[in-house]
Amino acid sequence: MSQALTTLFATTKSQNRAALIGYLPAGFPNQRSAKKIIKAMIKGGVDAIEIGFPYSDPIMDGPVIQAAADQSLANGTGAKEVFELLAHSVQLGAPSLVMSYWSPIERYGVAKFAAAISSAGGSGVITPDLTIEESGTWLAESTKKDIARVYVVAPSSSQARLALVTAQCSGFIYAASLMGVTGTRDAVSGNASDLVAKIRTTSNLPVAVGLGVSNKEQAREVARYADGVIVGSAFIKIIQKSGAGRKGLRQIKELAKSLSEGVRDAK
Amino acid sequence: MSAPEINAQSVGHFGPYGGRFVPEALIAALDELAAAHESAQADPEFQKELDHLHATYSGRPSIITEAKRFAQHAGGAKILLKREDLNHTGSHKINNVLGQALLTKRMGKKRIIAETGAGQHGVASATAAALFGLECVVYMGEADTKRQALNVARMKLLGAEVVAVTQGSKTLKDAINEAMRDWVTNVADTHYLLGTVAGPHPFPTMVRDFQRIIGVEARAQVLALTGKLPDAVLACVGGGSNAIGIFHPFIDDKSVRLIGLEAGGDGIETGKHAATISGGKPGVLHGTRSYVLQDENGQTVESHSISAGLDYPGVGPEHAFLNDIGRAEYRAINDDQAMYAFSLLCKTEGIIPAIETAHALAGALEIGNELGPDATLLINLSGRGDKDVQTAAQYFGLPL
Repeated sequence: MSQALTTLFATTKSQNRAALIGYLPAGFPNQRSAKKIIKAMIKGGVDAIEIGFPYSDPIMDGPVIQAAADQSLANGTGAKEVFELLAHSVQLGAPSLVMSYWSPIERYGVAKFAAAISSAGGSGVITPDLTIEESGTWLAESTKKDIARVYVVAPSSSQARLALVTAQCSGFIYAASLMGVTGTRDAVSGNASDLVAKIRTTSNLPVAVGLGVSNKEQAREVARYADGVIVGSAFIKIIQKSGAGRKGLRQIKELAKSLSEGVRDAK
Repeated sequence: MSAPEINAQSVGHFGPYGGRFVPEALIAALDELAAAHESAQADPEFQKELDHLHATYSGRPSIITEAKRFAQHAGGAKILLKREDLNHTGSHKINNVLGQALLTKRMGKKRIIAETGAGQHGVASATAAALFGLECVVYMGEADTKRQALNVARMKLLGAEVVAVTQGSKTLKDAINEAMRDWVTNVADTHYLLGTVAGPHPFPTMVRDFQRIIGVEARAQVLALTGKLPDAVLACVGGGSNAIGIFHPFIDDKSVRLIGLEAGGDGIETGKHAATISGGKPGVLHGTRSYVLQDENGQTVESHSISAGLDYPGVGPEHAFLNDIGRAEYRAINDDQAMYAFSLLCKTEGIIPAIETAHALAGALEIGNELGPDATLLINLSGRGDKDVQTAAQYFGLPL
């Protein structure tokens, strides 16, 4: 089902704008609320959804997502909830992916995991700590099930490394805007546009930028040079602060709306 | 489209174990480190500098002590202790730290970060940082800062910043997570001085290479002393650096049994333990594939041990491989067995061992009784127990 992503990026390109991708860990703050949050994100204008598989040792994540993952794990969230939320998001009409560290995927079984993504209607999987060198089985199984393989590249990646990694990507390429972990930042790193430019010389795939994007101005700035803008911690912070009741959900929708304006009026 | 054979180019594997499971952001630094290590290994000047530090700073070669009174409790077997506890800073950790500190200098980096459980590696890192004029930040689980308060003070006296990690289980595993996050952020000027034979390539190989000196020396010392190889070599295993250090030079000596003693905590059957090979399954943690204590969702399960230095739910990938091919064997020693051996060594030999090391000593009591009086056992006495006095006093009910 990687086609849904391809279609999305073709559409946003024809609209001369970037796609807005929203992140939420499954089971956060609980599974029932997570479903409502995703609905609010989509209603507000998020184009695609990234469901996080909460993990005990998330070394790419800052304190906001760590706390959300801990809460979700304390709720007993596992693979079942991840796939359930993925299917929910797909049913709401958004191309949807799973973001997972490699340990949960390997424990679940790589082939079985790919099959479950596929049967939930998922478009792809973002694998932040899977290196190309360790990807043999994943390349085979994701290809078999037509699942987009989204690797995360970084400003420190050499040109040769970027060529190696992006050659195995499909759907889009996730560009980490800075050297660091997830979380909201006051400003988007200047490295991001350089990285995107470097990627363009090795790949024709859409490039989405994540890490540190939390408001309309930052979304607008990134949308000038990237095909997609990924926002996670900013949504989670709302729930951590305002809860997932009417107030929190309204703020989620408002943030989504504001970000979606940002990705639209950039170009 | 058929899948390309990517694994063929893969590096740093021990059978199916090892490799790299890390964010792309770290690949350039890992490549740089692997290259620096490789070129240093081939550079006689580097080896000369390291040898000089060993001889004039940390106190190598470490001696062998025969533990005759302790041996009476171990079936009368000959018990030889490799005295890594006598190294500067009190454990084998300094061997690796000096090697990596020299590499840090070679790479032109100015800042080191380290994780620590018991505090031994943190103290060794802070020591090397002081010696080489490097900035040093040590990540330590908040729970460990409490049970190893003395080592926290030592690190601060040496000029290091100690960050108490409040995430997750607040122990070594979470300290490693925080160190990795720091490294991802500051990799341009920072070297992550990992203390054990785990983590992504090249750490398991590089740390082993720096710890091999234990086994190289001990093998020659035992041969000189007894005229033959030992029947078994024993070491405690948390991440596994002291064990791989003493095992590795014996791997081709097929007659020598290599026995790793893991932390059985309250007993493997209780689920409260840190015996990763004895009680875990293959999985991925902290950038490497090895045995891991994890649940059915691939989530790391909290480990448990009276010994902060063994309280880790992973283990070095080379140990996983040595286990699977049957070259090394791994047994669990629970808290009570370890503390019995701890006390016994104190009272029979006048040596207070680290509680980590006491697991190897408890193994010696078992194996000695199994093999009998004709056997020679070489034990890696990996660290001294000054840091554990409070824990031991509490365990034995001594007033403080």
